[in-house]
Amino acid sequence: MKILVLVKQTFDTEEKIAIRDGKVVEDGVNFVINPYDEFAVEEAIKIKETLGADVTVVTVGPARAENALRSALAIGADMAIHVDDEAAFGDEITISKVLAAVARRDSYDLIIGGNMAVDDGAAQVGPRMAEELGIPHVAAITKLEIKDGKAYMERDAEGDTEILECPLPLLVTAQQGLNEPRYPSLPGIMKAKKKPLERLSVADLGLSPDEIKAKTEVLDQFLPPKKEGGRILEGELPDQVAELVRILRYEAKVV
Amino acid sequence: MSRTVLVMAEKRNGNLRNVSFEVLAAGRKAAAGGKVVAVLFGESTPEDAEALARYGADQVYLAGHEKLREYTPDAYSQALRQVIQAVSPDVIFLGHTAIGKDLAPRVAARIGCGLISDCTDLEASGEEIVFVRPIYAGKAFQKKKITDGIVFATIRPNNIPAGEPDASRTAQIVSFEADIKDVRAVIKDIVRKTAGKIDLTEAKVVVSGGRGVRSADGFKPLYELAEVLGAAVGASRAACDAGYCDYSMQVGQTGKVVTPDLYIACGISGAVQHLAGMSNSRIIVAINKDPEAPIFKVADYGIVGDLFEVVPMLTEEFKKGMG
Repeated sequence: MKILVLVKQTFDTEEKIAIRDGKVVEDGVNFVINPYDEFAVEEAIKIKETLGADVTVVTVGPARAENALRSALAIGADMAIHVDDEAAFGDEITISKVLAAVARRDSYDLIIGGNMAVDDGAAQVGPRMAEELGIPHVAAITKLEIKDGKAYMERDAEGDTEILECPLPLLVTAQQGLNEPRYPSLPGIMKAKKKPLERLSVADLGLSPDEIKAKTEVLDQFLPPKKEGGRILEGELPDQVAELVRILRYEAKVV
Repeated sequence: MSRTVLVMAEKRNGNLRNVSFEVLAAGRKAAAGGKVVAVLFGESTPEDAEALARYGADQVYLAGHEKLREYTPDAYSQALRQVIQAVSPDVIFLGHTAIGKDLAPRVAARIGCGLISDCTDLEASGEEIVFVRPIYAGKAFQKKKITDGIVFATIRPNNIPAGEPDASRTAQIVSFEADIKDVRAVIKDIVRKTAGKIDLTEAKVVVSGGRGVRSADGFKPLYELAEVLGAAVGASRAACDAGYCDYSMQVGQTGKVVTPDLYIACGISGAVQHLAGMSNSRIIVAINKDPEAPIFKVADYGIVGDLFEVVPMLTEEFKKGMG
C-alpha cells in the first residue's frame, strides 16, 4: 500500500501575530508541522506499522518547510517531496493542483492531510485535490480502518459522528481525536537525515504557471482591535455575582 | 451592478439552521438589487421555503432526492453543480459549516473557480465584493477578493446578522430533480450527539471549562448554567487533553472558533491558542482562581474565585430574574 501525506509548516499555535505592511511577520517565529497534519502523519505511520505501507510526505513551501518534512521522516515516513517554487505559492487552487500533480507521479491508495491549516484555516486543499484527482474524499475523520481495499471511517460533523465506508483510492483529512501523535526519537531523527528528499519545481511537475494561477487576491491583513483591560469585580462573592448578572442583563444586554 | 446570487440553506435535526438566514442576508447584500436564489437539499416542507422567502430569497430550489437526505460530498457536489448550471449565478454563498466547508472547495475545483472560505463580513458597495476573514483563528484578519470568474465564498455562522423577516415576501418555488450517479463514500450510520443541543459555533452564549474543572464530573455545574442560559458548552484544549470532555467541544486555534454574544470562561487560564478561538466574542466573562491568569486580559468582566463556588451562584442568580 502507498500512502501520501500532505503537510504544511505553520506557526506554532502559541505564537502571537504581528503585521507589517499588510504582511504577517515571520521573524523569530517558531515553526511546526500544522497540528492537524501531525495527526495525518501519525495515522500513516500507524497503518505502515499494522498493514505495511510506503509513506511519502509532501509539502509545498519555502526552504524552511524542509524541517516539517524532516520531522515526518523522523517519526517514520519513508521519503519526502518538497515543492519549493515561488510559482507554487498561490492560493488554494494553485496548491491543490500542484499537490495533485505530485500525486499523479505515483499510484497512491490513500492520501491523508489535515482537516485544515491553523494559519489560513480555509480547509480547501484536501477536497479540491480529491476533485482534481477524481477520487472521493472524507474530511475531518476521527477513526480510520483499512480492510480489503476499503476504508471504514468515523467523521466529526460538528459534534455528530458519521460512520462511513469508501473504496480506495481515497483522500481523507484528519480531525483532532484521530490519534495521539508521537514525538520523534533520537535514532529516528538521525535516520531521517539519510532518507530520500526530492526537491521539485512547478516545471518538474509538468505544470505551467498559467494553469495553476490563483483566482483570489489578498488585499490587506490587519490585527483585530485590541481589547481594553476588563473589569475585575470586587467585594463579597455573592455581591460580585449579582453585579455581574445585572451588567450582563441590563448593560451589555447579552442574556 | 446587480448580480444573481445562489445561496445554500441547510437544515439540521429537522430545522432550518440560522446560518441559512445569514447567507441570505449576505446574498441580498451581494445581489445589489439582483436576484437571490436559495437552494435546499434533502427533505423540506413548504414552511421552509416560506421562511427562506421571508428572509430574502426570490426563488427557492428544493431538491429532495433520496441520496440528498444525508450529506455526502459526491451526491451534494453533483446536485449543487447542476443547480449552478440551472441558475448560472454570479455569486455563490454557503455557510462555513460541516457541510459547506466540505462541499464548496470540491465544487469550486470542479467548476474551476476561486473560493474564499470562512468569511465574517463582506463589502459589496463598489464594483467588486471584498470579503473579511480571520487568519490564525482570529489572531489577525485579511481582506480578500476573487479576481476571476464566479464569486464563491463560505460564510462563518454567527457573524453576518440575518435580516429582519418580511412576512409579505414570497418566492417562486422550483422543485429541482437532481441527477445523482455514483456515490463512493457512503454513510452507514450517524450518531447524533447534538440532537436537542445547541450548536457551539451558532450559540449566542457559550459556557466553557478548562483545566480548572478537574474532571468530567466537574463540567456538571457548567451544564447547569448553560441550561439556564440556553447556552452551548465548550472546553479548552487542556480540558480535552485531560479527557474531561470530547474533542468536539474544543474551542481554540485547534478546535472551534466561536463568536457568541457572551462567552463565560470557567477555570480556563487563557493560553494563546485558546484565546484565538474565542477572543472575538462580544462579551467575555472569566472566572478563575488565579488573578494573574492571562484570560483576565481579554475578559470584559472577571471574577477571581473558585468556579465550583461561583458557577452555581451564577446559575441561581440568572434563574431569579427568569421567573
